[in-house]
Amino acid sequence: MSEITVELPKSEPTSRSFLGRVKDSDLLASFLSSKVTVVAGALTLIFFLAAVFAPLIAPTNPFDPASNFLIDSLNPPRFVTGGDPRFLLGTDDQGRDLWSAILYGLRVSLLIGVFGVLLGGAIGITLGLIAGYAGGRIDSIIMRIADVQLTFPAILIALLVDGVVQALLKGQNREQTAFGILVISIGLSFWVQYARTVRGSTLVEKNRDYVQAARLIGLSPARILARHILPNVMGPVLVIATINLALAIITEATLSFLGVGLPPTQPSLGTLIRIGQNFLFSGEWWIVTFPSITLAALVLAVNLLGDWLRDALNPRLK
Amino acid sequence: MIAFIIRRLFASIGVLIAVGLIAFVLFRYIGDPVNQMVGIETPESERVALRQQLGLNDPAPVQALRFLANAARLDFGISYQFKQPVSELIGARMPATLELAFVASIMSLVAGIPMGVYTALHRRSALAKLFEALSLVGISLPTFLIGILLIYLFAVTLGWLPSFGRGDVVHIGSWWTTGLLTKSGLKSIIMPAITLALFQMTLIMRLVRAEMLEVLRADYIRFARARGLSERKVHFRHALKNTLVPVITVVGLQLGSIVAFSIITETVFSWPGMGQLFLQSVQNVDIPIMAAYLLFIAFLFVIINLVVDLLYAAVDPRLRVAIHGA
Amino acid sequence: MTAPLLSVKDLRVEFATRRGPLTALDGVSFDLAPGEILGVVGESGAGKSLTGLAIIGLLDPPGRIAGGEIRLAGERIDNLPPEAMRKIRGRRIGMIFQDPLTSLNPLLRIGDQLVETILTHTSLTQRQARERALALLTEVGIPAPEKRIDGYPHEFSGGMRQRVVIALALCAEPALVIADEPTTALDVSVQAQIIAVLKRLAREHHAAVILITHDMGVIAETADRVAVMYAGRIAEIGRVDEVVRDPLHPYAKGLMAAIPTLEGRAARLAQIPGAMPRLSAIPPGCAFNPRCPNVFDRCRIERPPPLAIGTRRAACWLYDRGEVASPAKEAVS
Repeated sequence: MSEITVELPKSEPTSRSFLGRVKDSDLLASFLSSKVTVVAGALTLIFFLAAVFAPLIAPTNPFDPASNFLIDSLNPPRFVTGGDPRFLLGTDDQGRDLWSAILYGLRVSLLIGVFGVLLGGAIGITLGLIAGYAGGRIDSIIMRIADVQLTFPAILIALLVDGVVQALLKGQNREQTAFGILVISIGLSFWVQYARTVRGSTLVEKNRDYVQAARLIGLSPARILARHILPNVMGPVLVIATINLALAIITEATLSFLGVGLPPTQPSLGTLIRIGQNFLFSGEWWIVTFPSITLAALVLAVNLLGDWLRDALNPRLK
Repeated sequence: MIAFIIRRLFASIGVLIAVGLIAFVLFRYIGDPVNQMVGIETPESERVALRQQLGLNDPAPVQALRFLANAARLDFGISYQFKQPVSELIGARMPATLELAFVASIMSLVAGIPMGVYTALHRRSALAKLFEALSLVGISLPTFLIGILLIYLFAVTLGWLPSFGRGDVVHIGSWWTTGLLTKSGLKSIIMPAITLALFQMTLIMRLVRAEMLEVLRADYIRFARARGLSERKVHFRHALKNTLVPVITVVGLQLGSIVAFSIITETVFSWPGMGQLFLQSVQNVDIPIMAAYLLFIAFLFVIINLVVDLLYAAVDPRLRVAIHGA
Repeated sequence: MTAPLLSVKDLRVEFATRRGPLTALDGVSFDLAPGEILGVVGESGAGKSLTGLAIIGLLDPPGRIAGGEIRLAGERIDNLPPEAMRKIRGRRIGMIFQDPLTSLNPLLRIGDQLVETILTHTSLTQRQARERALALLTEVGIPAPEKRIDGYPHEFSGGMRQRVVIALALCAEPALVIADEPTTALDVSVQAQIIAVLKRLAREHHAAVILITHDMGVIAETADRVAVMYAGRIAEIGRVDEVVRDPLHPYAKGLMAAIPTLEGRAARLAQIPGAMPRLSAIPPGCAFNPRCPNVFDRCRIERPPPLAIGTRRAACWLYDRGEVASPAKEAVS
């Protein structure tokens, strides 16, 4: 590009750290400038709060068989004729209050999503830093694995990991292991993007003067990586993490929908949709509809936030 | 050029062998082939004999080699749950999946590329905004939700299209079956194909849009404008061609993943394909099928990678020279 | 003096930003006679390239022309509808950009790029256009053009590519060529060749040239007149020999003192202390006042208009003798 980019005003002296860039990019201003983003942010916040406080908000505990009665099963929502006033969104085939089940399902979906993203991020960032800093054979081995894994869709990896872990834990109670298996499946499916991004930035950063200087004064590689390189790659990592959170939620929901995720006794949103799908033809539309809307709104909101974050932190798009 | 292809082929075979070894580890150490093949009341002596007969007492490298050699001959052993050869099971279901993936790929390309170009060229138009909003929804809605939504609309409410299965199929040759030649088959494939295509279409649209915007900022586009070329020429002769170069790679791989993604679609629409088979094998820890499916997907990606490389060379003259030179 | 080919008057270019518009060019005025070569110098960010882009109508949003006018052969071109402006580009105004490596479309043969440009602006047949493309390649000094015409850009060296770019810019015999740092990206050894080609072709095709560069040496050798730009304004404009020998504006003085000469081997290259202000922080009065060795109170308050001194104009209060009537007084705001 020619000089135009150079001639555009630089609002602040470019500080290269993540926090500096946050200030530089007028993150808050750009957040507030888009109504869609504000709504998405508010929605995400509400979903997180609802998930955290689900036990306080929900009228019943859907995970507790003692509080659900089969006699209440398949009640339509309160606002529909024939609806039972006790059940805001109706009940499922087990007589569970759907409103409570959704709140708890949201909690489970978000928990697995967040832990999956954290695990994937931890694996990816670590491998990316090592690959970028060490270079040579270690680098090519790690990146070769990443390349091969990248050719497989995450959902396939997650299914495989799920299958393998299940086989290894043969005989264990699925209700106790499902959560962990899902987090591991998701974490192992989503590390590649972090690794590639972090490796790229590390390659650039490690040749900078300040890193060379840190090396010269004898700081250990681990310390250089953690203190000097890591902060500089946090921006892209945060963007990936946000977008991956949406993907992780979808993946968990898909696995549960496919029947290899959470069991019906502790349903996530995906499990609820799986249950509800069976009642699509018999007219009990609410069982599938409300969890679906919740899931779609949650993923959409997180995706919108991710999109905004990516654009706001990308100086080229300004 | 030939040297390049041969080199790529060797790299691909390397990937296949690596995936094959993973499949072997799955096959040999995670599932116990003997336990799965015999009944509970089978005496220990018979088991030992069977182990010996299956070669499970041989050193691991020998077993691995044998596994790979068998795999190369499409012999993946016997399914635990169906007690049938895995290759037969997969072969019988392959046409359904490949047909679905093919129709979905065409759909996503035919819709995705023009939408991407349009949104890049008319960024501020209402239609472009609509496309972008739709693309965000397309990315946010899980595939199975789209499927359920379609079923609810077109099967439950309107009753236009069947909600499950493949319809009537016609046999072609000894093993291929197609639903594309019968009315019920065509009706049956519409909803699954749309469901499968939607996500890919969204990705393709976003990718084409991003690449096109990137290319439109390039110096040679500015220079083309400075020479007074018409916008049409600038967009479709200079920009589009350059856009498609990187798009080819990603789209190629995306289309490959359609086959894997069909697991979800096949479940929603009870489509009798490989994806359903794979899902059942995961649920029942049927390791031979899992291993074979894994290898099949890897093989598919290798083929697609090769085709993508060739297309790349056909489009980009720089690569042709690099290939000749190397 | 003949009627000017190009007349830029009080040109003002703004960039819309969240914090309001930023003025990137302010009160830029100059005339260009047919066949004349005008050098434009200044540091990066001074507005040289923007001036060129504004004239050819290729400012990228959010940049836009916010005031003043641009006339080509007497006709206003700064407010033309896009389609009319497109017909001027390439046909009457050609432009050459800095980097020949990225100026050519990598996927199209250079012959095709030449032919499509020729066909856009003339009514030649395909075959005639190809003949013309071959002739142009010969003119810009590409050896064996009939062999190279079907080559792709990556098969050419940087210098050869810039020759192709020049041929492309001259395809339709424009009366004005804007060359934006045409040699900056090239090896020193080929820079002089490219400048020579440009100069020769401009003369043979009777084209006026605006030569944008930060290399005073190139300008001294090539240009008839020179405009020195600083912070989006013209500090001084006049005949090259005069400006180089005896610059008036303190900034131009600093710039000229920074040119290495063969004779003054002992003299240190002079430096101007400080840096050019950012667009968002241009000081009131004269933009150069914080760095100026001759600064006085008036410079900090009042913005100097271009003052005519002989055949030259300099925007500096040092030359305001009261009796000098400034032709562009209205530029003061």
